[in-house]
Formats: sequence, C-alpha cells, structure tokens
Amino acid sequence: MPLLEISGVGKKFAAVAAVDGVSLSVERGELFALLGPSGCGKTTLLRLIAGFERPDAGRILIDGSDVTEMPPYRRPVNMMFQSYALFPHLDVAGNVAFGLRQEGMARRRREARVAEMLALVQMADYARRRPHELSGGQKQRVALARALAKMPKLLLLDEPLAALDRKLREETRLELIGIQERVGTSFVFVTHDQEEALGMASRIAVMEHGRIAQIGSPGEIYERPATRFVADFVGAVNLFDGVVVAGSNATGLKVEGIDAPLPLPDSPELPAGTHAALAVRPEKLRLSAERPEGAAIAATVTSVNYQGGVSVVHLATSSGHRLKAQMASADALGFARGEPVWAGWQAADGVVLRQ
Amino acid sequence: MSRRLTLFRAAALALGFGFLYLPIALLVAYSFNASRLVAVWGGWSLHWYGELVRDDKFGAAAWNSLRIAAMAATLALLLGTCAGFAIERFTRFRGRAVFGFMLMAPLVVPEVILGLSLLLLFVASQAWLGWPAGRGLMTVTIAHATFGCCFVAVLVRAQLAGFDRALEEAALDLGARPFGVLWRVTLPGISPALVSGWLLAFTLSLDDLVVASFVSGPSATTLPMAVYSSVRIGVTPEVNALATVFLGVVILLIAGAFSLIARQERRRLSS
Amino acid sequence: MTGWARRRWLLIAPPFLWLLVFFLLPLGIVAAISLTQPADTIPPYTPLITRGAGGIEIDAGTASYRLLAQGDGRAYANSLGFAALATGLCLLVGYPIAFAIARAPKTWRNPLLFLVILPFWTSLLIRVYAWIAILQPTGVINRALEALGLIQAPLLLIYNGFSVVLGLVYAYLPFMILPLYGSLSQLDESLLEAAADLGARPAQVFWRVVLPLSLPGMAAGALLVFIPAIGEFVIPDLLGGAGTPMIGKVLWQEFFDNVDWPAASAVAMALVALLTAPLLLAQRLVERPREGET
Repeated sequence: MPLLEISGVGKKFAAVAAVDGVSLSVERGELFALLGPSGCGKTTLLRLIAGFERPDAGRILIDGSDVTEMPPYRRPVNMMFQSYALFPHLDVAGNVAFGLRQEGMARRRREARVAEMLALVQMADYARRRPHELSGGQKQRVALARALAKMPKLLLLDEPLAALDRKLREETRLELIGIQERVGTSFVFVTHDQEEALGMASRIAVMEHGRIAQIGSPGEIYERPATRFVADFVGAVNLFDGVVVAGSNATGLKVEGIDAPLPLPDSPELPAGTHAALAVRPEKLRLSAERPEGAAIAATVTSVNYQGGVSVVHLATSSGHRLKAQMASADALGFARGEPVWAGWQAADGVVLRQ
Repeated sequence: MSRRLTLFRAAALALGFGFLYLPIALLVAYSFNASRLVAVWGGWSLHWYGELVRDDKFGAAAWNSLRIAAMAATLALLLGTCAGFAIERFTRFRGRAVFGFMLMAPLVVPEVILGLSLLLLFVASQAWLGWPAGRGLMTVTIAHATFGCCFVAVLVRAQLAGFDRALEEAALDLGARPFGVLWRVTLPGISPALVSGWLLAFTLSLDDLVVASFVSGPSATTLPMAVYSSVRIGVTPEVNALATVFLGVVILLIAGAFSLIARQERRRLSS
Repeated sequence: MTGWARRRWLLIAPPFLWLLVFFLLPLGIVAAISLTQPADTIPPYTPLITRGAGGIEIDAGTASYRLLAQGDGRAYANSLGFAALATGLCLLVGYPIAFAIARAPKTWRNPLLFLVILPFWTSLLIRVYAWIAILQPTGVINRALEALGLIQAPLLLIYNGFSVVLGLVYAYLPFMILPLYGSLSQLDESLLEAAADLGARPAQVFWRVVLPLSLPGMAAGALLVFIPAIGEFVIPDLLGGAGTPMIGKVLWQEFFDNVDWPAASAVAMALVALLTAPLLLAQRLVERPREGET
C-alpha cells in the first residue's frame, strides 16, 4: 500500500482548472518532487494534500485512509511553507513546540522533542531567538524543524529552497537529503527548478496545465522524456519536428530544410508518415570539421557561450534551424564564429516524441 | 477556517453597522415627521425644514461655522503637512521627541482641556500683550487649526511612509532642486492625504462644540453651539431637520472627495 | 529628505512653534491658574504674580486642590469606570467587526472601512442627540415595547450609567475598529494555514495565533477609546444624569456655571495627571519600530 495515493483529483478556481485529473502515488521513504513552471498547478496539488483546498473531484488517501474531506488540522501530514510562516509572536522553540502543544504532549517530552528537532537542523543555540532575528537560512531550518516535530507520515515542502541565495541553496539541498534519510519520513516537495528536482528527488512528477506530463526517476525524466514539454522544460534540448519515412535499413525522420532523413533510435515502432519529433540533448552533440559517421547536420557556429567548466556552442543551419551543443570549455576553444562545422550524434542518444 | 465563520462574520457586520447607523437613520426619518412628538409617527412632512429656513438663529451660526472651518482647515493643512514631513523624514533633530508628543497628544487629550487651556492662554495674552483684542472667529479658528493640524500630520505621515523615495531621487537625478522635487513630485504623490486631511480638519472644526464654547466670544456662536443650546431644552423635530441637512452636506462632501481620490488613483494605476 | 539637510528647519519650525504656543504653553498656564484663587474680577482669578512694593511677589496657593480633594470623588471613579467599561465593550463589539472586514473579499474591504469611518466624520453632537430620541421615556424603544405590550411603565434607559456607557461605545467604536483592522489585515494568511497544518482547530488558531498577533492593534484601539472617553463632556452631559458625573462635565460646570476658573484648572490638572500614563504608553506604541516583519 502506497503512503500517499491520489486518484483522479481535480480542482477548479472560477472556471480555470488548476489541477485536472491527477493520479499518482508516493511510497514510504521517498523524496518526491512536483516539478513544473509557475501556474502548472503543483502548489495547488500540494495544498490539496495538506487540506487547505478541497478537491472538486477524486480522492486522496494517506496510509490507506481517505482524507479527502478531512480538515488540515486532522491530517497526519505537515507542511513547510514557502514563506516559512513562522509565528512572529513566538520564539524559535515556541514555533517548533506549536504543533506538539496542540497534541497536548506533556511538557517534559515536548521540550525533549524540541531540543531534538533543533539539534537535527543545527539550531540548538537559537531556541530563544525571535523569527525576525534570524537569517533566511536559519528561518528555513526552523520551519523544517517545526514541520517535522509532529513526526508526520508525510512532509510537504513548498519551494523549500526558493527563498535562499544560490550558494546556500546548494548546501541546503544536500542537508535536506541527509535529514530526510535520517528521519525516514516521505517528503513531497514542489519546485520550478529542474536542477533542484533532478538533484534531490528519488522520483519526479512533471506537471503541465494542471495535468501530469510524466512521472519517473530523474534519469528517466532526463534521458527518456515522454513529451515535447518534458524534454523542453527539463534541461536544454535540440528538437526536430518532421515526418517518419522508411529508409533502406532503418526508419528516419524527414525534417524540412535538412537534406538527409535523421536516423531514429530503434526502440519505437513508428509507421511511415507519422508526425514526430526527435530530441537530442546538447551534450550529446559532437562537433567536427569533417562529416562524422551516423547522424549529422551541417551548420555554422553563431556564438560560443562560456559558462565556466562547460561552454555552449550555438549553431545555425542554412535553412535556419538553431542548435546548441554543450562540451567542456577546453574543447570549445577551437570553434570561432562563422566557422562551418558538422554536428553529429549517436542515433541511440536521440529520443522520439510522438505529437 | 475561512469558510466556517462566514455566517458569524456576516452577523457581526450586520449587527455592527446596524448599531452604527440605526440611530442616524431614525433621526433622519423623524425629521420628516409631521408630528411634534418624537417617536410618534404623524405622517410625512417637510414642515420642520420650513421652520428651519425661517429660523435665522441657525443660519448665522452656520455661516460662522463654515468660515471658521474653511480657515482652520487651510491653516491646519499647511501646518500639518510641514509637521508630517518633518516627523516622517527627519529622524533626528533636537526636540523631536517633544514634537512627536505635541503632534500625538491633541488627538486624544480631552476637548475640555484643549478648550480651557487655550482660553486661559488668550485671556493671559490679552492682559500681557493686548492680543487678541477679543474672542471670536479668530480665536476659534486658531484653536481648531491646532488640533486639526495634528490629524493632517497623521494622514500625511502615513502616506509619506508608503511613498517611493526612488521617485524623489530620480527627480533630483534629473536635475530638480529639493524644493522643485517637493512641489512637483512629492506633494502630487501624497495628494490623497492632503485632500482627506483638509476635509477631516474641516469637518472636525464644523463638529466641534466643546473647544468653541470655551474660546468663542458672544459675537461668534457656531452651529454646534446653537444646536447644543436647543438640544439641552429637548428633542425637537427642527433639530432633527437641521441634523439631517448637516449630515447630508458632510456625507456629500466626503463621498465627492473620496470618489475624486479613487478616480485619480485609478487613472494613475492605469496610465 | 534628500537635499534638505540645512533647510529642514523651514519645515519643522512652523508647526513646532505653533504647537508650542497653542498646545504646550496653554497647559502650563492652566497649571499656573490652578494655583490662584477665584475673584470677582475680569478675568475671575487673583493674579499669580504682582509687582508690589517689595518687588515681584508670587501669590500661589493650593486651595483649589484642597477643594478638589474634599469634593465628590464620584466623578473620577465614574470617569475611570465608564471609560474602562466602554473600552472593554468596544473591544468586544469591535473585534468581530474588524475581523469580518479583514477577512472580507478584497473589493469589499475599502467600502466597509469607509462605512466604519463615516460616522466619525459626522457630528458627535448629532449622533449623541440621536440616542436621546431612542432612549428617553417617550422614545422609540419604550414606545415600541409598550405597543407590543411587553412593558407597562417606560424603562429607565437614559440619564444613567447605562446610557453614558452606551453613548461612549457608540461614539468611540470606530477608534477601536480601525487599529484592530490594521493589525488583523496584516496577518499573513499562511500563518493561519501553518497553525491549522500543525493541528490547531479554527478556535485554537484564533486563540493561539490571531489574538496574540492582534495585541498591538488591541492596545492601540484601547488607548484611542480610553483616553478621550475619560475626559468626555458631550456624552455625560446629554445622556447622563445627576448621578453620573464625569470629570469633563465637572470641569465644564466649574468653568461655565460656577465661574471658578482656578477650580476648573485644578480639575484639568487632575485630568492631565490621570491621562499621563496612558498618553506616554500611546506615544511609545506609535513610535515603536515595527518588529517581526518578515
């Protein structure tokens, strides 16, 4: 039995469907990410799980029991708010103890639990501080300790790292993973940052317009995107739209403006004449002066974008297709603007996306 | 919790506004009562408005009150705007604490104290300096401007606190001198506070009974003083009619001013 | 303000001097006059400072204060009691209203607030007068109850403590609602959700989060009601009776009816003394830097 099971859940605001027929399940111990652009319904879905919104359709089950109609204060889940929502009239310890007092936990046990939680997030020295005396990172830790204090079956995190600056975000990401492993609670977190989702989650649900576009491990989402949207949203991608044609030994994709049909990976069975798209990640492209074996397109370098350890070379074909190739910066040094090159890749590295 | 309490909240609003407005509504209704007895309905009539027009004691008092209110509100606007700027923008100057106290205290100090103290000042000043020669419109105006400016300062200060300082810095950067910035950027920016501040000072002056009773002379009876002397005698439908006219004028004035402010605000947001 | 450093006195001086001369100085004069004795002269008090044969002589006495101490203490007890009761009732009545406005749809809030402020713009005298017609023995309530056959003789609803407190609550309710609304409307919705998420039921969310966070608003509202209510004149004069004197009315009577200016001044000083503590508290509330803004 999964810990969280959502089936056919929908929620409309006015006439707009924020969440539309979403089904998914989360197992015990998972670090599950809801990933999508702003307005895709991921936060609404999180609020539905927490109980701040009631769904118009579908059921939500936690640990096998139906919580769809249950108010938030009865649900065995806790949430870490994007704004942290720390109570300004209570100190750090008071904030962490809030939910425990609500449970009526005896004072001694409560104090022990608060101390344990503050130690977990390394805030033991700040128990008597007020929220406005804390830095952003410290507030984030207190919010996490407060949400974990009640030992919820499921912890919900709304953009847990969005309010932190970049360097802190990367450290905190690792800490969150460590804390999740230590407490063993399932985490469901919402993010718009694909890097965050890929780097933290055990599984990811990518959302688009209130629907789930794909659910899978970070590797599956990145390497085998199911739709154009997923391929485009998660990481950079080169996309070719065309029609499937039957070749002499393999099927290919005829793309307007590119002479030879592009070879397709052999996995899917596609009848000739089907409209499809081919996705190739920028790091899979190899640039060379001579035409390589296999799939290749002739193009001209338009610019070289240095990004530290790696560089992105932007290319354009004579018919106007724009391509990106990513490589180690040392390898990109040899390319100058205006230089004609061949961009090639292994046919197996391409992903076919049906329209 | 947002949905559960809807009924409770609707009831709170209905009861609260009923409490605030029912007495006024009854007062207005009974001003159209044909009967002389209050609380006995004798049919609709404009009789008491006719009486009111014929009664010239209220007319002269109303004219006094309007003149005083206009002068006092204008004076209060000038003083209160300066004060609001000073207290909001200059965080450090000698006497700021005293200044802050003097701006806040008249808002809450009982009117009897304001009235008595100002009267004693005028009397002492007349004995020592020969000014003011007598008490009348001017002394009432000074008194009303004194507490009026504190109310204006509160409104100006609140609006200034929400005013984007970058606009002033941009104007300075574009070559405007400090006075030009004040005149062309800051004052237009806080114009809603200026309008409502003047209006508040005006209506406070128009309403004031206690202070005016102390500092006014025999030649300058104000409208509230005239109303008070007839109210002490008893409830009469004529006073109801007067009160209705008074309420009507004040509400029209305020509604007009606020819709003006709202329209300006909308225009600013849309452009 | 940028660029004003040296010329700032142009802005500070006019209101500063005005308030010094027309607010602070008069309070000093009241203190001085309270030390003189009444006399049948114009003005009706003995001069405090005279130029006699031996130079400047000061003739100060505490006769007015002794009189005050011997006099009726009820006015002071009433003023404090009625003001405190009215403050408590305003809080009870005003809190649900402020809460309802703060939680109302955004487009409703400003019109509702406007309706709260509107009575404040209209004459207090008229609003208090309106209650006479409602409460008096031949007034609206008694007539209605008689017509329904619920009472035989008119209820005594006016010229007593009840009508004075009712009048105070009615007149000062907006002063309670506005600061309460101010702190309730700033309440972050996510704090309420966080409390619910941590297991608090709606009533507990109110007691443990909403109420503590609206304490500043409650304090400001209480002071805004309590301070002016203590010295109120119009309400005890029009709605009160002989048995319900308040300080403001006593001051008025000493001044206008007894023409005893020193006594009136002594009453004023006593009133100022009563108000000093709440006034200083009020200023601290106003000037306190806002904390906890996250």
